[in-house]
Amino acid sequence: MNIIAGAFKPPCKISISLTHPTTRKQVRVKKENDQTVMVPLFQSQENIVGEVSIEPARGKKVEHNGVKIELLGQIELYFDRGSFYDFTSLVRELEVPGNLYERKTYPFEFSTVEMPHESYNGINVRLRYVLKVTISRNFVNNIVEHMDFVVHNYIPAPSINNSIKMEVGIEDCLHIEFEYSKSKYHLKDVVIGKIYFLLVRIKLKNMELEIRRRESTGSGTNTYVETETLAKFELMDGVPVRGESIPVRLFLNPYELTPTYHNINNKFSVKYFLNLVFVDEEDRRYFKQQEIIVYRLLEDS
Amino acid sequence: MMIDGTEDEEKFLAAGIAGLQQNSFYMHRALDSNNLRDALKYSAQMLSELRTSKLSPHKYYELYMRAFDQLRKLEMFFEEETRRGCSIIDLYELVQHAGNILPRLYLLCTVGSVYIKSKEAPAKDVLKDLVEMCRGIQNPVRGLFLRSYLSQVSKDKLPDIGSEYEGDADTVSDAVEFVLQNFTEMNKLWVRMQHQGPSREKEKREKERNELRDLVGKNLHVLSQIEGVDLEMYKDVVLPRVLEQVVNCKDELAQFYLMDCIIQVFPDEYHLQTLDVLLGAYPQLQSSVDIKTVLSQLMERLSNYAASSAEVLPEFLQVEAFSKLSNAIGKVIEAQPDMPTAGVVTLYSSLLTFTLHVHPDRLDYADQVLGACVKNLSGKGKIEDKKATKQIVALLSAPLEKYNDIMTALKLSNYPHVMEFLDVPTNKVMATVIIQSIMKNGTRISTSDKVESLFELIKGLIKDSDGTPDDELDEDDFKEEQNSVARLIQMFYNDDPEEMLKIIETVRKHILTGGPKRLPFTVPPLMFSSLKLVRQLQGQSQSQEENPFGDDASTSPKKIFQLLNQTIETLSGVLAPELALQLCLQCAEAANDCELEPVAYEFFTQAYILYEEEISDSRAQVTAIHLIIGTLQRMHVFGVENRDTLTHKATGYSAKLLKKPDQCRAVYACSHLFWVDDHDNMKDGERVLLCLKRALRIANAAQQMANAARGSTGSVMLFIEILNKYLYFFEKGNPQVTVAAIQGLIELIMNEMQSDTATPDPSADAFLATTMRYIQFQKQKGGTVGEKYEPIKV
Repeated sequence: MNIIAGAFKPPCKISISLTHPTTRKQVRVKKENDQTVMVPLFQSQENIVGEVSIEPARGKKVEHNGVKIELLGQIELYFDRGSFYDFTSLVRELEVPGNLYERKTYPFEFSTVEMPHESYNGINVRLRYVLKVTISRNFVNNIVEHMDFVVHNYIPAPSINNSIKMEVGIEDCLHIEFEYSKSKYHLKDVVIGKIYFLLVRIKLKNMELEIRRRESTGSGTNTYVETETLAKFELMDGVPVRGESIPVRLFLNPYELTPTYHNINNKFSVKYFLNLVFVDEEDRRYFKQQEIIVYRLLEDS
Repeated sequence: MMIDGTEDEEKFLAAGIAGLQQNSFYMHRALDSNNLRDALKYSAQMLSELRTSKLSPHKYYELYMRAFDQLRKLEMFFEEETRRGCSIIDLYELVQHAGNILPRLYLLCTVGSVYIKSKEAPAKDVLKDLVEMCRGIQNPVRGLFLRSYLSQVSKDKLPDIGSEYEGDADTVSDAVEFVLQNFTEMNKLWVRMQHQGPSREKEKREKERNELRDLVGKNLHVLSQIEGVDLEMYKDVVLPRVLEQVVNCKDELAQFYLMDCIIQVFPDEYHLQTLDVLLGAYPQLQSSVDIKTVLSQLMERLSNYAASSAEVLPEFLQVEAFSKLSNAIGKVIEAQPDMPTAGVVTLYSSLLTFTLHVHPDRLDYADQVLGACVKNLSGKGKIEDKKATKQIVALLSAPLEKYNDIMTALKLSNYPHVMEFLDVPTNKVMATVIIQSIMKNGTRISTSDKVESLFELIKGLIKDSDGTPDDELDEDDFKEEQNSVARLIQMFYNDDPEEMLKIIETVRKHILTGGPKRLPFTVPPLMFSSLKLVRQLQGQSQSQEENPFGDDASTSPKKIFQLLNQTIETLSGVLAPELALQLCLQCAEAANDCELEPVAYEFFTQAYILYEEEISDSRAQVTAIHLIIGTLQRMHVFGVENRDTLTHKATGYSAKLLKKPDQCRAVYACSHLFWVDDHDNMKDGERVLLCLKRALRIANAAQQMANAARGSTGSVMLFIEILNKYLYFFEKGNPQVTVAAIQGLIELIMNEMQSDTATPDPSADAFLATTMRYIQFQKQKGGTVGEKYEPIKV
C-alpha cells in the first residue's frame, strides 16, 4: 500500500510564499467544505512579489519541460461546471526545461497588476484570484500548485449621493412616504431614514427592513438569478396611525455585504436592495424594494 | 369564555416568565465570563419575551418587572465594560444590531443610560435619540412600557438645574423637552389603545387602559420633580404643551385623568398663577368628561392653599381667581349642555366653598355664585335627581357652616331662589339645617326684615307646598319639624318693643298660613314671645310712670292682646280647643298683670265659650276646669261682679262634670276661688264651706253609687282629700271651718275604712296616715298653730 501510494506521490513539493506576509492583511475566506482559511488580501495595482520553492522528493529527480508561475483572475460559473473564464492571466517563466535534483527557490514578481474585479463567492458564481505554479512534464501529468488570494478594491466616497425618497401606497389602504438618507452606502455605513404614514387602513402588525442581494449570472436566456435576504431588521411593532413617523437606523456592519458588482466581465452582476416590508395581522406582506449601491470605501487614513 | 381567557393568560405568563428566566440565566453566565457578545445575544432573547401580545396589561407588567430587574444588572455590566475600555459609542451601536425592535430598544435605553453617565456625549443628544427611536413601538401596551422604562432610567440623568448632567449645551429646557415628548407619545399610545381590537371588548379595554394610566401620569410627576421648572417655565412651556396634548387627544378617560394629574402634581401656587390657561382648557374638553370633579378638585386645592396661609391671599386677589373660576364654570356649563344638574350644582358648590375660604369678606361673590347657579337651574323646575338635591343642600349649607351665622346667609339675595329648586322633602331638610344652625349658634334674629327673609327660606316648613299637603309624611318627623320651627320662633328677639312687635306681626302673618296641622305647634311660641313683650312693656311703664302705654298706640299691650285674641281664634277654629283654652288663660293672666280688666274678662269669656262649645271629652274637661280654676284664683283685676260671674260659672261647670270623683275634686278646688290669701276682700269663708260640703255630698254619693254598682264602697280617697282641704282652710283661719267639722270628717273616714264593704286601698291608708301625722305634728309645734290644732282629737 505504501509502495503504491509512494508511486502516486508527487515527485516534488512546491510551496509558494509571498514577501512580507506578516504585514499584509489577511481575510477570512470560506472554503467549499465550510472551513475558513486566512488568505492574503490585495488590491488592484499592487505588486505581487514572492518566491516559489521546489523540493524534489528525496533521491528523485524531476524531469520537466519548464516551470512557470501564472497569476490568474478567474470567473467560475457553477451551472456549467469546470468552465473558467480567465479575465486576467499573467505568466512568469521560472525555469527552462531540464532536471531538478534538489530544492530550488525562484523569486517572482508581478508588478502593478491590474485586478479590476473583486474576489466574490456567490451562489452561482465565484470570482477568484490565484497564483498557479506549473511544472510541465512529458508523458505524465504536470505538477501544479495553487495559492489563492483575495482582492478588494476601494473607492472614495461618491461626490453625489442623493437620498431615496418616495411616496408609495395601495389606494385607500396604505399610503406611506419613505426616505433613506442616501442611495449609496459603504459596507460599514448606516441606513438612516424614516417612514411616514400618510394613511393606514389596514391592520399592520409590524414593519421590517430587509437587505436583499440579487446575484444574476449568465446572459440572455441562460440568465440565472438568485436572491438572498441577508438581513431582516424590524423597524416597527404595532399599528401606526396617520401622521406617525418611524425612524430607521440600520447598521450595515453586521451583515456580510459585498460592493455592488455591475456586469462583471459580462458574466455576472450583484445588486443590493432595501426592501421595506409591511406585515398585516393576517400575515400578508406588502413591500417596496429600492436598489442601493454598496461600495467599499477608501478610507482616508 | 372569559375564564378560559384568564387561564390561558396565566399559562402565557408562566411561559413568558420561564423563557425570561432561562435566557437571563444564560445572560448571567455571559456576564460572569465577560462575554459581551453572548450577553447581548441572551439579553435580546430574554427581552423577546416582552414581545408577546397575549397578556393583559396587568400580567404584562409582571413580566416587565422581571425584565426590569435583569436590565439593571445588564446596565451595571455595561458600565464595567466601559471601564474596561470598551467604547460606549461602540456599545451604543452594537446593541442596535439586534434584529427585533423591542429588545433592541430596551437595550438601547439601557446603554443610553450608561452613555449619559459617561458624559461622552451631551445628555440631551442621547435623550433625544432615545425618545425618537422609541417611536418604532407603535403597539400601545408595549410602547407604554418601553417608554416608561425610558422614563425610569433617565429620570435621574436629566440635565436639570444643579444636576451633574447640566452643561452649556444641556439645559433644563432640554430635560423638559425630553419628558414632554415622551409624555406626548405615551399619551397618544394610551389613547389609541381604545380603538384597537374588537369593539365588543371595549369595556374590558377601557378597564385595562385605566390600569395603565399611571404610566402616563408618571411623566407629569417627573416634570414636577425637575428643579428647573420654575413658574415661568411652567407657564410658558410645560403647561401649554401638556394642555395641548390633553385637549387634542380628544379622549374622555385621558382628559379626565390628566387634568386631575396636572392639578395634583404641580404646586398650587403655579395653578393660581396660570389659572387663565388652565381654565381655558376646560371648555375644550370632550363633553363626556367629568369636568365637575376635576374642577372641583382644583377649587378644593386652591381653597386649601388659601387656608394654609394668609400670606397667599393677596395672590388670589391679584390674579382675580374668583372671577376667572366663575367665568370658567360658566363656559364649561355652556360647552357641555348635557351635563347633569348634579354636575352643575357641584361646580357651583365648589366655587362657593372656594370663595368662602378665599374671600370670606366678599359676600357679594357668594351671592354671585348662587345667582349664577339659579340662572343655570332656571327652567328646570324642581329637581328630582337625588344627587343634584344632595349637592344643592351642600351648596346651601356651605355659607351656614362658614359664617356660623344665618344673618350672613340672609344677606345672600339668591339664597332662597336656590332653595326653590329643591323638592319638598329636601327643602324641609334644608330648612331644618338652617334652623339647627341658628339654634347651635344661638343667633338672635332681631329685625322683622330678617325674620321675613328667614321665613322665606324655611317656608317649606311653615306651610304646605303649592300642591296637595303631603299625607305620607311621618307623624314623628312632622312633629320634629314643627318643634324646630317653634324653637326658632323663640330666637326672634329685639329689645326695642316697637321692632319686636313688628317681628311678632311678621311671624304671625307667616304662621297663620301654616294650616291646621301646624298652628298648634307654632302659635304657642308666638303667644309666649308676645306675652314676654307685654311683660316687658309692663315693666317699662311701671318704671316710667309719666309715659303710660296708652300713648304709644303701636306697641301698647292692648294692641298686642288684640292680636293675640285673633290668633287664638284661628286656633280654636282648627280643632285645638284645649290649646286655645290654655292660651286664653295665659293671656288672661298676662292681662291681669297689666291691670286690664276688660281684656282679661274677654279672654276668660272666650275660655268659657271654648269650654262649653268645643271641649266635650270628659278628661279634657277635667283638665280644663282645673286650669280655669287655677287661673281664676290668681286673677285680681276683676271687680266683684265680674268675679262673681266667673266663679259662679266655674263652680257650675265643676258640678256638671261627668264622673262623681271628678265633680268632687273640681268642686273642692273651687273652694279656693273664694279664699285668696293675699286679698282680704276675697275671703268668703261661708262659700268656701259651702263648696267643701258640697264636695262631701258628692263624695258620699260617689260611694253609694259604687256600692250599688259593684257591691263595694270604693275608696275613701275623696274624703281624705276633702279633709286636707278642711285642714288647709282651718289653718288659714277660715272661721267657718270648725274643729267639730274636722273631727266629724275624721270619724267618718275611720268608720268607712273599718266597714266590711270597704275595699282595702293602701294608698288611701298611707294618705290618711300622713294626714294624721301632720295634725300631730302641728299640735306638737306649739304656739298659735299648736293651740289651734289642740282641740282636734285623733
